[in-house]
Amino acid sequence: MAILEKTELVRNAAGRLVPEIANRCPQIPYLGVGKYQPLGNKAAPPIRTAADYPNNGDKRVADLESALRKCGLRDGMIISSHHHLRDGDRVALMALEGAAKIGVKDLVWFPSASFPSQKGAIELMDSGVIDHIEGSMNGPLGDYCTQGKMRGMGVLRSHGGRWQAIQDGEVHIDIAVIAAPTADPFGNCDASHGKSACGSLGFALADSVYADHVIAVTDNLVPFPCVPWQIQGNNVDYVVAVDSIGDSAKIVSGTTQITRSPDRLRIAELIALFLRDAGIMRNGFSFQAGSGGIALAFVGYLKKMMKDAGVRARFVRGGSTKYLVELLDEGLTDYILDGQTFDLSGVQSMANNPRHIATSPFTSYNYHGKGNFASLVDAVVLGATEVDTDFNANVVTHSDGRLLHGIGGWQNCLAAGCTILAVPSFRDRIPVIVNQVTTLCGPGELIDVVVTERGIAINPRRQDLMEAVKSSKLPIRPLQEIKSEVERICGGMPQRPKRSDRAVAMVKWVDGTVLDSVWQVI
Amino acid sequence: MSVGIETNSWQIGEAGHCGSEVRSDARVRIEARDTGGIAIELESRVFPYYGDAIRRQAEGALEALGVEHARVEIHDEGALPFVLAARIEAAARRAGLGQGRRVLPDRVTLPEPFPRDRMRRSRLYVPGSEPKYFINAALHGADAIILDLEDSVHPNEKDAARLLVRNALRAVDFLRCERMVRINQLPLGLEDLEEIVPESPDLILIPKVETSDQILHAHQKIAEIKGNYGITRPIWLMPILESALGIEMAYDIATANKEIVALTIGLEDYTADLGVVKTATGAESLYARQRVVNAAHAAGVQAIDSVFGDVGDLEALRAWALKSRGLGFEGMGCVHPLQIAVIHQAFAPTAAEIEKARKIVAAYHEAQKKGLGVVSLGSKMIDSPVVRRALKLMVQAEAMGLLT
Repeated sequence: MAILEKTELVRNAAGRLVPEIANRCPQIPYLGVGKYQPLGNKAAPPIRTAADYPNNGDKRVADLESALRKCGLRDGMIISSHHHLRDGDRVALMALEGAAKIGVKDLVWFPSASFPSQKGAIELMDSGVIDHIEGSMNGPLGDYCTQGKMRGMGVLRSHGGRWQAIQDGEVHIDIAVIAAPTADPFGNCDASHGKSACGSLGFALADSVYADHVIAVTDNLVPFPCVPWQIQGNNVDYVVAVDSIGDSAKIVSGTTQITRSPDRLRIAELIALFLRDAGIMRNGFSFQAGSGGIALAFVGYLKKMMKDAGVRARFVRGGSTKYLVELLDEGLTDYILDGQTFDLSGVQSMANNPRHIATSPFTSYNYHGKGNFASLVDAVVLGATEVDTDFNANVVTHSDGRLLHGIGGWQNCLAAGCTILAVPSFRDRIPVIVNQVTTLCGPGELIDVVVTERGIAINPRRQDLMEAVKSSKLPIRPLQEIKSEVERICGGMPQRPKRSDRAVAMVKWVDGTVLDSVWQVI
Repeated sequence: MSVGIETNSWQIGEAGHCGSEVRSDARVRIEARDTGGIAIELESRVFPYYGDAIRRQAEGALEALGVEHARVEIHDEGALPFVLAARIEAAARRAGLGQGRRVLPDRVTLPEPFPRDRMRRSRLYVPGSEPKYFINAALHGADAIILDLEDSVHPNEKDAARLLVRNALRAVDFLRCERMVRINQLPLGLEDLEEIVPESPDLILIPKVETSDQILHAHQKIAEIKGNYGITRPIWLMPILESALGIEMAYDIATANKEIVALTIGLEDYTADLGVVKTATGAESLYARQRVVNAAHAAGVQAIDSVFGDVGDLEALRAWALKSRGLGFEGMGCVHPLQIAVIHQAFAPTAAEIEKARKIVAAYHEAQKKGLGVVSLGSKMIDSPVVRRALKLMVQAEAMGLLT
């Protein structure tokens, strides 16, 4: 059933085979960190005239299907959505299914991330309504892609890379569909209030500014003005009121849980100790950690060490959780600069505390920005599925080649002063430290420290960090030594899983060049 | 082969666990046959990586067990090789095969034997039938790991757990942790010893001891096996007193054998024996615990406290452990790695204690130098037991890394 075009492969600067042409567009192979510098002007949406919009500011349309028709939906268009509603989102599928009813084909779905509950998109790909997805794919959608069933080639980008692609014209969004927890008839949107509140709408900001057409979909329509307006109604064409934009139970978790796994707690504690002993944890410092079990536990350990040492951070970067909110509330950080909220505490804090600031990939991650917050962060803690002995890392595929995660902000965060990967040394007998990663997502030159339950490995490129912890009691070990120990435990090096030589998706670097291919699994 | 009396009722043996919730284990089913060689059906979570290795290992294990004809199903959830070996051996034995033979994984190098008075602040219990906890148990800094064959193992799983623990003693690097095994109550415990002793555990905990005869019985068995295998490493003993009678016999038991290095108490069984409720303050067991401390000290062995069961309440654990140290215990059991650091802190001498001991020790050395029989600090005379205690405390503090 797959009708993927045959494409030539070239070897990029990282030694990876990548397609020269994908989805009928020429691609630039990865050149190295910071090497690709495109020229010219940024992309822009068509000129609009306020005279074409109702003077009373009422842009409401009866339903999403009608709005799509008014936007001139036709075959081959690019439809975008955001993922602030996470696994609870109903709007993206509502839009795609609306498009199917209209009878168009070969759409490109351009979500800022997809979630397992959106597996309904598979039917739409089977029937030809959607040609391919450009955005994270995991669960059933990931399997569909790596089984080679998607017609076009999947494109995986970081949050910053998505903004880059929109700004330099690599992706031109025809219709942006923005799920809004609160909106007014003019199209101003807000996510900090409403029954489906999810915090911020930063991931939809570029879509609202650069798309040809913008539709806001809300289940909490308020009279003008909707305050605050995280998305400006001046960019919005149509507003659709629906009963529900999502399943609130899945939008944010009521509580986020710290891991109880002793091995994971040990990793978390080692990271906090490393930041303390390396002198990174000092007055005015900053850090970023995600919502995973290790990251949450790490924040707990660091918090105690900050208190004991009387240290206060200038800012911390979210994904926010109640653990970051506690830091803010207890005066251990001046600000939370937040890309997305993971739990109710985060949503409430962002709505009520002026020091809890919503950010977007533009402020934090965009390659075409005049600098980024991400590189101002002193230390970031990230996960990975695999890391090789040269510190190159994989975050999107399982070792057997199946898509497991999106890139998210992961690639962008590698710009931090000290990038720390928190990984167990093996999972289910499968070593995490390998000779060569299945999919290259992060160049080793940007990854400084790998923390496992068996010890801490510092990238030899960072002699300064080696020096800083030389006299500490930390278990600092060469990565190769940890790898050998794990292979002894696991009964030797694993076999390399079989894969085909057909690329089904590509991993973009933050600058839009192609870093690696994801291959069809056999 | 002696099995397979009727063609349609082959002996079948199964061992281990599988399922989506199970990690680091495998379910092995062996159906003995008269003919047809070995047929292995393998399903594995790590098939793309270790499928060939698992198959090779299974074939080798069956050969070592002398199994020539069998249908074998392996449902693997990422079991490490030493676990898989134990599951195959257990399934074979349960199918009536491979009797008297073993499949032993490679041995890791053991650290030097530990002295009898080694620090035993914390000992982490690991259920003997849960292989996923074995491999990283030593990473959490406990003084000892206890591979448990007794209460945490279901009666139907004793035979399989024994093999798992045996293999873990061979194949898992427990770093600087003392490798302890809690065997079952005698006489079942004697069967445990058959598998365990050849792997030189550092210490064996004997549960529910009530008479010195039980110690002698176990020790005799251990000595016999050690002799058979030419083992010279010491295997220390730690009796667990868990009944009113056991407590009353504490001194007799503590002095029953010179391999005994510590006496400990099991409060769940003890309070059950008394028919009282076990409380967080432990008032109901105060007498028993003090009796254990006194008997242990009289016998010149360590007194080690019970476990604290509420893993979620680290503050209550801290309070208990501080009180425990105050009573004269030198350590406790742990049921979760999170408890280790709390216990180590609680059993550590305080800064004030160290400072005082430091002064006493300095005065003692000063007196020695001057050839004085009497140690004095300022205007106070210091008795020799006080000096001995200060010396011991400084040794402890050094071992705990508290001296800067």
